[in-house]
Amino acid sequence: MLNIENVNKTFDPGTPIEKHAIRGVSLQLERGDYVTVIGGNGAGKSTMLNIVAGTLFPDIGTITVDGVNVTNYPEYKRALYLGRVFQDPRAGTAADMSIEENLALAFRRGKFRGLGWHIRKGERKFYRERLATLGLGLETRLKDKVGLLSGGQRQALSLLMATLKEPRVLLLDEHTAALDPKTAKTVLDLTNKIVHNYGLTTLCVTHNMRDALKNGNRIVMMHDGKIILDMKGEEKANLTVQDLLKMFESASGEEMLSDRMLLT
Amino acid sequence: MLIIQGAISLGLIFSLMAIGVYLTFRILKMPDLSVEGSIIVGAGMTARLISDPYVALSNPFLITVIAMLTGMIAGLTTGILHTKLKIPSILAGILTMVAAYSIVIRIMDTSNIALPPHGPWRVTTVFTFLQDWGLSRMNAVIVVSIVIVVVACVLLYCFMGTEFGSAVRATGNNAQMVKAQGINTDWTVIACLMFSNGLVALAGSLWAQQQGFASVDMGIGTIVVGLASVIIAEVLFRPRMFWTHLIAIVIGSIIYRFIIALALGVEFMRPTDLRLVTAVIVTIALVMPLILEKFRAAKSRKNAARGA
Repeated sequence: MLNIENVNKTFDPGTPIEKHAIRGVSLQLERGDYVTVIGGNGAGKSTMLNIVAGTLFPDIGTITVDGVNVTNYPEYKRALYLGRVFQDPRAGTAADMSIEENLALAFRRGKFRGLGWHIRKGERKFYRERLATLGLGLETRLKDKVGLLSGGQRQALSLLMATLKEPRVLLLDEHTAALDPKTAKTVLDLTNKIVHNYGLTTLCVTHNMRDALKNGNRIVMMHDGKIILDMKGEEKANLTVQDLLKMFESASGEEMLSDRMLLT
Repeated sequence: MLIIQGAISLGLIFSLMAIGVYLTFRILKMPDLSVEGSIIVGAGMTARLISDPYVALSNPFLITVIAMLTGMIAGLTTGILHTKLKIPSILAGILTMVAAYSIVIRIMDTSNIALPPHGPWRVTTVFTFLQDWGLSRMNAVIVVSIVIVVVACVLLYCFMGTEFGSAVRATGNNAQMVKAQGINTDWTVIACLMFSNGLVALAGSLWAQQQGFASVDMGIGTIVVGLASVIIAEVLFRPRMFWTHLIAIVIGSIIYRFIIALALGVEFMRPTDLRLVTAVIVTIALVMPLILEKFRAAKSRKNAARGA
């Protein structure tokens, strides 16, 4: 469904701060794959996600979504295939617009936007039904400005918006990292529910090893711009945090020192 | 009475311009200086088309629409400079503004044109048909302006409720999210700039017809006047919805004209002090929330101290 092939990306080439962020990464996601991507700071996981999303463009390599080569598509054009949830809860929604207006924007992803009313008859009922599935009571607050919602509510709404029009691939960029542990769990549970309900192909970047092990059917570990581990199915299900740490050390030749990865 | 009528008629005409400034400044969150250019484009185009005996257009309403479209071209220019050519928004606006100065002199073929509202040289403007029906010049201006302002506000309100319009509103709010929803923000930005500058040119056109002349330097300080109206509206009425904003800005624009009329009525003031007064008003309106906040904080501290 998603095919990342031999992608390379260097930031600030030819300058003293040159950084080879992605070094020949290839990754194939089958239909319905739920892949969690872990790695320390600067491992290149967010860069890779941004290259898939079209925020960044690769120096070499191609991105194919459902058989379509989207490597040169600008961000807005790729959005026809991709649903995205950002790390910052504020990034996925328009704060000064109401919940229903945000949903109406998301509902028309991939459609021509003309001069018809942006919320039509019958749409509100659909939005209410979908909001009710979140179980956060948002279905009674259609007209409320999104800026009034809490971070967790906004992130849940972003998730709903990303999947309102079923995307070919769902991209999650550390989407629970900015939330408190309890809210993070709620949002993650919602994510799993939605992903399983629709059988979405999902690429989820996270800092949290435990989450990465618990969720999804496949785990990918990145280090220094390369993929150093890729496990799925049974093999992945039996992995522990200790195993991951050991594998990281043997693969990278250094100890994983990021406290954030261990403690969160 | 004359002062009141004058303030209302000018306030109405300039509310169109203020709404244009609001569209870019608040909706798009992009300061657009090209309005300084589009107001003289609107005025210049109108003056030339109305006064030139070789131009076969005799319908002032058609001329006003053409002036508005010319302003939209100015907005389009700024939009392309900013989105497609990646020039920072302020600079893109300034480039259009500077270019407009020369273009307006080309359009008018001189630096100013008189459009006498009375007498043997009277020209036909959008106001003359009401004058012929017996209304005074001032009242004719007020009636026509009200109609145009209402139509513009209703159209704009409806537009912002459409699929494309809501994409425009969302662009200023969170462009990242808009792109992630598959919208090309280049076009929403360009569309907003075109509407904004179209409104400003419309105001310029009506202004030239109202005051009976157009000159190439009449646009200086336009953006500040527009901002003054928007900020007065926000400080006084605290509007929350789009339509309440529109109404507040129209009233704010009229109030601004009253303040100016009163300030310039003071003995030692000169007409040329207009822009200084405007700058002072905008500064006061901008600083007001800060002062009130400080005042409130000091008061609550005092109360807390007394309580303890």
